[in-house]
Amino acid sequence: MTRYPEGQLTLAEMKTGQTGIVVEVMGGHGLIQRLDALGIRPGRKVTKLSSTLFRGPVMLRVDSTQVAVGFGMARKIIVEADKYRPRTS
Amino acid sequence: MMRILLVGNPNVGKSALFSRLTGTRIIASNYPGTTVGFTKGYLKLGKQQVELIDVPGSYTLEPVSKAEEVAVEMLKEGDLVINVIDATNLERNLNLTLQLLERHIPVIVALNMWDDTRHRGVNIDVAKLEELLGVPVICTSGITGQGIKELVERLSEARVPKNARIYATSDERWLKVGDIVSQVQSLSHRHHRWYEHLADASSHRVGGIFLAVLTLFATFWFVRFVGEGIINHVAGPLFERLWTPVLAKLSIVLGTEGFWHDVLIGKLIGGEIDYFQSFGLLSTGLYIPLAAVLPYIVAFYLVLGILEDIGYLPRLAVLMDTIMHRLGLHGFAIIPTILGFGCNVPGIMATRILESRKQRFIAATLISIAVPCAALQAMIIGLVGEQGIGYVAMVYGSLFISWIIIGLILNRAVRGFNPELLVEIPPYRLPPWRVIGEKLWLRVSGFIKEALPIVIGAVLVVNILYILGVFNAIANITAPVLTGLWGLPKETITALAVGFLRKDVAMGMLTPLALNAKQLVISSTVLAMLFPCVATFVILARELGVRDLFKAVGVMIVAALVMGSLQNLVL
Repeated sequence: MTRYPEGQLTLAEMKTGQTGIVVEVMGGHGLIQRLDALGIRPGRKVTKLSSTLFRGPVMLRVDSTQVAVGFGMARKIIVEADKYRPRTS
Repeated sequence: MMRILLVGNPNVGKSALFSRLTGTRIIASNYPGTTVGFTKGYLKLGKQQVELIDVPGSYTLEPVSKAEEVAVEMLKEGDLVINVIDATNLERNLNLTLQLLERHIPVIVALNMWDDTRHRGVNIDVAKLEELLGVPVICTSGITGQGIKELVERLSEARVPKNARIYATSDERWLKVGDIVSQVQSLSHRHHRWYEHLADASSHRVGGIFLAVLTLFATFWFVRFVGEGIINHVAGPLFERLWTPVLAKLSIVLGTEGFWHDVLIGKLIGGEIDYFQSFGLLSTGLYIPLAAVLPYIVAFYLVLGILEDIGYLPRLAVLMDTIMHRLGLHGFAIIPTILGFGCNVPGIMATRILESRKQRFIAATLISIAVPCAALQAMIIGLVGEQGIGYVAMVYGSLFISWIIIGLILNRAVRGFNPELLVEIPPYRLPPWRVIGEKLWLRVSGFIKEALPIVIGAVLVVNILYILGVFNAIANITAPVLTGLWGLPKETITALAVGFLRKDVAMGMLTPLALNAKQLVISSTVLAMLFPCVATFVILARELGVRDLFKAVGVMIVAALVMGSLQNLVL
């Protein structure tokens, strides 16, 4: 029932610890620009680090930077995710 | 005079570098957005004196927040840019560097946090980076002072690169950044440090909330413990043993009463000097700032400095985000709020890190109403605490409830938008004690320099107004509100009026009124909410503009009237 091609989902839907490549930011020019400045842009690898209760912000890693993005923004970031493997460590 | 700008991403250590270069100490912390205004300093370059400006951090030269706008505006007025780069985060930082190189202004790059690269497993070929960028690159560390001398020596080599080019799109620029990074940087494996495990715990869904509550209580307990400790064992005895005898002699010389006696030493209570009740310049005027308040200031800013430099506050911002959205804010607004617990002035200034006008209005208004500054808190804990800690909790509880309710209302009433949180979370760092100590000294000496004259001035004004009988006149006019709504004796108005000058002095004025516990709770709550002190007032006017200032003041008055009356009914 996903709206996106196979393997694609939003950052909000990703599991904690899962990694993927950003495909698209479905937002206005302002949002695209703000995320771009932080390095969150198509082609970039991101790892979801954690989520917060009650649809709070999502933490992710891009390069060596940790960024927190609001839940609404996380839903606009489309990611081509790797198969989810639970962390062993 | 030549003007040099320190430009870079947020939280790359510009302020620490600024302190090193100019010898002027300024506040640096481990979160993006510590510097919201610009700080100016001077340094000697050979025989020439040059101006150095610490520009607020910016990710891009296409600004999205007010602090970033300031940064871009200032770029037009600089002669030379020191581009500060976080060496552990090369890729994102270089994006701004390339934007700077497009601007035809001479640039020199400070590859900062160089001391941090090794344990993070980052290796950078500096010579190659210099060649690719076409401008000098110097490895520096604001914390240890490494590379500062070389940076100054090579400032004259700053230049506009020969191969400067303008990138048509952000994609092209990022492509170039990727190309540079792949040529100069190699990463090696490294081990987790123990405090990085803490990083995982503090952003865990449940563990994080637990840790936040724990931090809050630990902070309050520590501040009270240390503050009281200093008062009981250092400040109090010092005043009693060294200062009281001096004042006692002076009192006799002045004839134990009369105009000068009343102004300088104040009224004797039972034949003796009472530091809270006498209200002379040399008794209460010195005791309140130095013995009653300063210990708490030291304790509070010690904890705040540690929390700031470790990098905990942005994580707290993430955790608070959902709640803050209900109040028309986002999580990052918790940082100005926490600063406000020290002093409302820096707290309100820090609201500039928020993106929209609505957010800034709500955040600033909430701080000036529901966040008591450290000076006021010291007096509340000291005076209300005598009646029992439960009453102190009532004051804090009432303020917290006001914070929530006023926020909920303002969120609906104020037009404008509330963007979502988007913030870089800095790595945890272990700040050296020297850095913590310097910052604490900076803030404490700032308090002494700024607050002491105002406290003494306030005590003087109080004395003069008493002598002129002005307070009696005001007390009679305002009696209906005070006695009718709040159940307070009409003399309380003198304290509330003085609250406009200094809230700690105002609390001190409540002592001779012999209020009962309930009245103390009501009067301290009202004092906190009703009106900001004059310094806060000025900063509110500057940050919000006069129209919004009046709106904020309106909210304050209504909120204080309602809250005071409710307390009077319920308690």
